[in-house]
Amino acid sequence: MSGGYDDELTRPLEGALEASTSEGPTSPAVGRDEWVARHGDNRTGRGGRIGKLEERLRVVPWWAWLATFVALFCLVPVVSDSGYVRRVAFDIAIYMLLALGLNVVVGWGGLLDLGYIAFFGIGAYAYALLSSDHYGVHLPSFVSIPLVVVIGATVGFLVGLPSRRLTGDYLAIVTLFFLQLFLTVTTNGDDLFGHNVTGGANGILNADPLSLFGHELPPTLEGGLFNPAYMYVVLAVFVVVYVALRFVNLSRTGRAWRSLREDPLAAEVMGMPVNSLKLMSFAFGAAIAALSGTFVTALSGSVFPLSFSFGILIIIYTMVILGGSGSQPGVVLGAVLIGILLELLRDPGDSRVLFYSAILVGVVAIYRFSVRLAVIVGGTLVFGIVVHSIAGAIDNGWVNGSGGEGGGVADFAANWVIVPVQLADWVAPVSYCLLVALALVLTLVHGWARIALLIPVLYLAAFVWENVMISQPEPTRYIILGVILIGLMIFRPTGILGEKRVEII
Amino acid sequence: MDTFIQLTLNGLTLGSVYALIALGYSLVYGILKLLNFAHGDVFMVGTFIGFGALQLLGGTTNPVVPAWALLALITLAAMAGCAVLGVVIERFAYRPLRDAPRIAPLISALGVSFFIAYSMQLLFGSELRSYDMFSLSGGALYTDGFDIGNVRVPMIRIITILAAFVMMILLWLLVTRTRVGKAMRATSFDREAAAMMGIDIDKVIVFAFVLGSALAGAAGVLFALRIPTYATIGFLIGLKGFTAAVIGGIGSIPGAMAGGLVLGFAESYAQGYISTRWSDLLVFILLILFLVFRPQGILGKADIRKV
Repeated sequence: MSGGYDDELTRPLEGALEASTSEGPTSPAVGRDEWVARHGDNRTGRGGRIGKLEERLRVVPWWAWLATFVALFCLVPVVSDSGYVRRVAFDIAIYMLLALGLNVVVGWGGLLDLGYIAFFGIGAYAYALLSSDHYGVHLPSFVSIPLVVVIGATVGFLVGLPSRRLTGDYLAIVTLFFLQLFLTVTTNGDDLFGHNVTGGANGILNADPLSLFGHELPPTLEGGLFNPAYMYVVLAVFVVVYVALRFVNLSRTGRAWRSLREDPLAAEVMGMPVNSLKLMSFAFGAAIAALSGTFVTALSGSVFPLSFSFGILIIIYTMVILGGSGSQPGVVLGAVLIGILLELLRDPGDSRVLFYSAILVGVVAIYRFSVRLAVIVGGTLVFGIVVHSIAGAIDNGWVNGSGGEGGGVADFAANWVIVPVQLADWVAPVSYCLLVALALVLTLVHGWARIALLIPVLYLAAFVWENVMISQPEPTRYIILGVILIGLMIFRPTGILGEKRVEII
Repeated sequence: MDTFIQLTLNGLTLGSVYALIALGYSLVYGILKLLNFAHGDVFMVGTFIGFGALQLLGGTTNPVVPAWALLALITLAAMAGCAVLGVVIERFAYRPLRDAPRIAPLISALGVSFFIAYSMQLLFGSELRSYDMFSLSGGALYTDGFDIGNVRVPMIRIITILAAFVMMILLWLLVTRTRVGKAMRATSFDREAAAMMGIDIDKVIVFAFVLGSALAGAAGVLFALRIPTYATIGFLIGLKGFTAAVIGGIGSIPGAMAGGLVLGFAESYAQGYISTRWSDLLVFILLILFLVFRPQGILGKADIRKV
């Protein structure tokens, strides 16, 4: 890309920019506005032992982090021979790739692209069309995958073309409609001007597996187990993409993207080619999404319109925002965390353990090790035992409904939470709405009133979890994603590892 | 000709519901410059509150009150419930983010949308729920009415269209003729200046959410009178409502009405003359064309960006 701004002129500014983004107590706080300051980003560093640890960790170079992470990831198939665990590792690797791509558009370009998942779908479909029985075309992976990436980037460019003048929410809505457009076309594409192009709702079947150096990689090993080679392939691609994007981000283009994100108008006034920068970030994101799509199709051998719904988009967005949009290690961390979370929620036993540990960790994180913590934990336990025994004394049927998986946690829950054998119709909506209402009230009260309220709320949460949510993982996972998104935006918009953002409007 | 009349009638019914939803988007967008993604889900909650109220009142086969009172009561219940929901959403999900970068409340709105839609699915399942208006007063809503040519205009369509238009006119009077309406217009024009003139911005914003959400609730009942509802319907209907708002000119009240009708007619004619499979596609293309070539819509004013 040829930049329209003079390299010589930007050079003196680079130093200032680096200085302001680098961590350290002496860096000048350039362009901090009130909103940023209020979100705690103006801390120079923590004190005490954690602060020292953070200092130490900061010295470790990025490639060491990456190498450690990838090495640990590679160990997954070694440690576990379960096809399920390996398959989950593959899914998470795909999520990591997708999150990296979305990070280019949202984190660096600052463009809210709600059509991102359509490019994932375009990649998946393009691969299926280029290597399957559908048209009888069987290109080898070395040809089809680069071709798919080019197709993805081109479509991304074309979608960006009419949207380049749009900002913020208008761009969001155009891209969202592009996703709907994609879904409508693929769902009805079995009769596109008389041609069966996408196979409609039945999708395209019999796509070829990956072929590397003339060898076909079978998706499953003997016995129908998932072939971990696919995970290694995706992981290798992930490393390449990660490193390439890191260099892009450090280049002139990367800096231009960030300036575009911070203030498009100022960037334009400074002579940046705003439109082509936007198009580039769109095309980069689209190409990475399309690339991810090829592996999913190659592994499953089929592609359906429903795999690219809005739900997947929300999952990827939550990953990027939780990890910290704009930070590559952040979005990878977000992808791993959310990927594991969504998997754990599938199984009642796992999700039960997850729920109680999350509550415990959450309470400890907020109140630290203090008298209040002891009051809350002790109070909740006593509250539960009292309520449980009262309910049990009135009618044994009220407390005998449980008996799930989850080891010791399940035993504890069975003796602590009321789980009726038969749940009346009105109980679920009433208790759930009460829980939501009380949780909202919690944010309004402070001090000991909050603690007094927190105890019954925690118990109610456990009640709702055991009785309503645990048996319905599908809505539950999206509810949790929704809560994570709202909570993050309000309490920590930078995510876990997000970089400092200054947005002045 | 009969087909044309029938399609026009369909378009008018559909369009008046879209217009009611579009008004909610426009009210909030006009004041907060926030695209309220959760609005479609407020609409969905409206359809469910109407359904619940209907069951409480004995259902359509055996209602405890006369038919007209039944319809009025379920509509009012949905409007009240949605208004409360709208206020809660504003207070807890949007107000903390009022001074944040614009992308933050958008993402929060996506979260709210998912939270509401899947909470409903969690509690009430994902099956279709029909109000079953055929059984009310022996099917009078479908048999009574008048004829245009050979096309029957049933009572249920007349009620939907009339109710929607009455509400739109009331809203328009409220915004143009009353004190609070003046405050809303002032806030929409320049929030800071309005605050300096002594207008309580928080109250105006809450009021906009109350109005918009109540209209969404009413739209929910009017929609669900004829068409079965389900927990995740809000996403697509919300998108269409937003499309209507954009086509008409977002922020403009007559624009939202016009946009709703244009969209309703476009969808209805596309379904009748082209194909039901591709009618959504037409809606999307229409929106993209409008956004790209005339982002201010039919009746909106071009936005001059101040820095």
